[in-house]
Amino acid sequence: MRDLSCDVLVIGSGPAGLAAAYQARRSGSGRVVLVERNDELGGILPQCIHNGFGGRVFQTDLTGPEYASRWIHQAHEVGVEFLSRTMVLSIEPGPSIVATGSVCGLVRIEAKALVLAMGCRERTRGALAIPGTRPAGVYTAGTAQRLVNIEGFMPGERFVILGSGDIGMIMARRLTLEGAEVAVMVEIMPYISGLRRNLVQCVRDYDIPLLLCTTVTGVIGRDRVEAVTISQVDERWQPVPGTQREIPCDTLLLSVGLIPENELSRMAGVALDPLTGGPYVDERLATSVPGIFAAGNVVHVYDLVDHVTESALQAGRYAADYARQGAQEKAPIGRLIPLRAGRNVQHVVPQALHMEALEDGEATIEFRVRQPIEASVRAQITSGDQVLVSRRLRYARPSEMVTLSLDLAHAQRAGRAEMLRVEVIPSVA
Amino acid sequence: MADHRQFICVTCPVGCSLDVLVEGSELKDIQGHACKRGITFVQEELTAPKRVLTTTVRVQGGTLPLVPVRSSGPLPKGVLLQVASQLRQLVLQAPVSAHQIVIHDVLHTDVDIITSREVGRAE
Repeated sequence: MRDLSCDVLVIGSGPAGLAAAYQARRSGSGRVVLVERNDELGGILPQCIHNGFGGRVFQTDLTGPEYASRWIHQAHEVGVEFLSRTMVLSIEPGPSIVATGSVCGLVRIEAKALVLAMGCRERTRGALAIPGTRPAGVYTAGTAQRLVNIEGFMPGERFVILGSGDIGMIMARRLTLEGAEVAVMVEIMPYISGLRRNLVQCVRDYDIPLLLCTTVTGVIGRDRVEAVTISQVDERWQPVPGTQREIPCDTLLLSVGLIPENELSRMAGVALDPLTGGPYVDERLATSVPGIFAAGNVVHVYDLVDHVTESALQAGRYAADYARQGAQEKAPIGRLIPLRAGRNVQHVVPQALHMEALEDGEATIEFRVRQPIEASVRAQITSGDQVLVSRRLRYARPSEMVTLSLDLAHAQRAGRAEMLRVEVIPSVA
Repeated sequence: MADHRQFICVTCPVGCSLDVLVEGSELKDIQGHACKRGITFVQEELTAPKRVLTTTVRVQGGTLPLVPVRSSGPLPKGVLLQVASQLRQLVLQAPVSAHQIVIHDVLHTDVDIITSREVGRAE
């Protein structure tokens, strides 16, 4: 086994890994190594051929491949070392990793700091337990996206899409542009789970029927999908009797949720938050294991790549700081105060922060509401009765992550707070 | 006589919900836009809606079988399927460079179809 060592090691070359590695070098780390299991760098971006990336970060509208290309180039320019075709098998104390691949063979890499940026996976049919036969022709929307955009295959000719996540809506348009028919998109909730923008430009623009409060109740077909049954559901997701119908199709796509990929994190003993499926992190994106940081979809699922980048730049900076400091200086600064999800909020990241450490600047607090509130709301962070920061929004939706900034002035107002709450409440007119 | 209509702006991922007062195809009032691009969006949506096209084109002799392409700017909404169909007929020869023009001034729209990335020549 080969042995390498570096200052900061990043796992994953998607937008999070690229930004973290870039910033670690910019922050002065001597050797920054980025490990990627795929042949190509960029994570999921190369197959996201649609536009909508980079509006905040580059002030321009880019496709996924263009966004990836800019970050790969930037990371390369500042001296990040890439180890592609290399899969991390385990994370061990140090931190160190053991990885294998066609470039290095079996290798152990010791690092002073580690950034987890493995992204997420799609929820599958097995996880949904859709009854029926198991013919060919059932794919997650992301798999279909890979087949169509990278490999050059059409997975089918007549599609039903379960779920109104962004990947499903994007693929509804993509498949239609390639000459296929999308018979219907069904969504179990009474509202879409992806961006409203995609509802317009991917579904309505192409007259694709969208049925809310509807789900797939069975798959029909022996060797290949021949049809699916769909049914309306009530508020408890139970099929409404008499509403079941059969939709002929040859392919079923699933766009029903993304799950942070934390198999390696678990191995490393990183504490995971059941609300997010990702690590507990603080304002520095530090996990519960000293020296291990996390950024991007591995922490919680983002809607916009620009937010991933902004968060990962922080992780890279603090990972570099940690790698540079001696053992004595690694103790956390001040009290760690939990941030809890309050009224109407589903989850919050970071889950805790060092208020005194906000001297360094601001902490970005990211959260989602439990269900849509289509009316004026106030998003706020409170400490007991005291409102530290508040922002008015026209509406709040689970599909659109909300952010608030906390800075030193807020920290001083919070005083000896034991806990902070993040909440979204309807505005008084 | 003014009509009350609602739009979702697609200019950026925020997707502002726009409440609009329209007379014929003339915009009388607009609420809900976070920036002025929302105004342009509605004006265009009422008269000549446009969308950016993104798709792929086949590559021969490259390290990858496809190259992703994009329209250099938004195209009239009505021609998207036709342009996509036209692009399905093409095969590019590797190597392909990033932002190479695949079709110049497609269908006389003053918009080009360009590649989103490079594809190298296969060994």
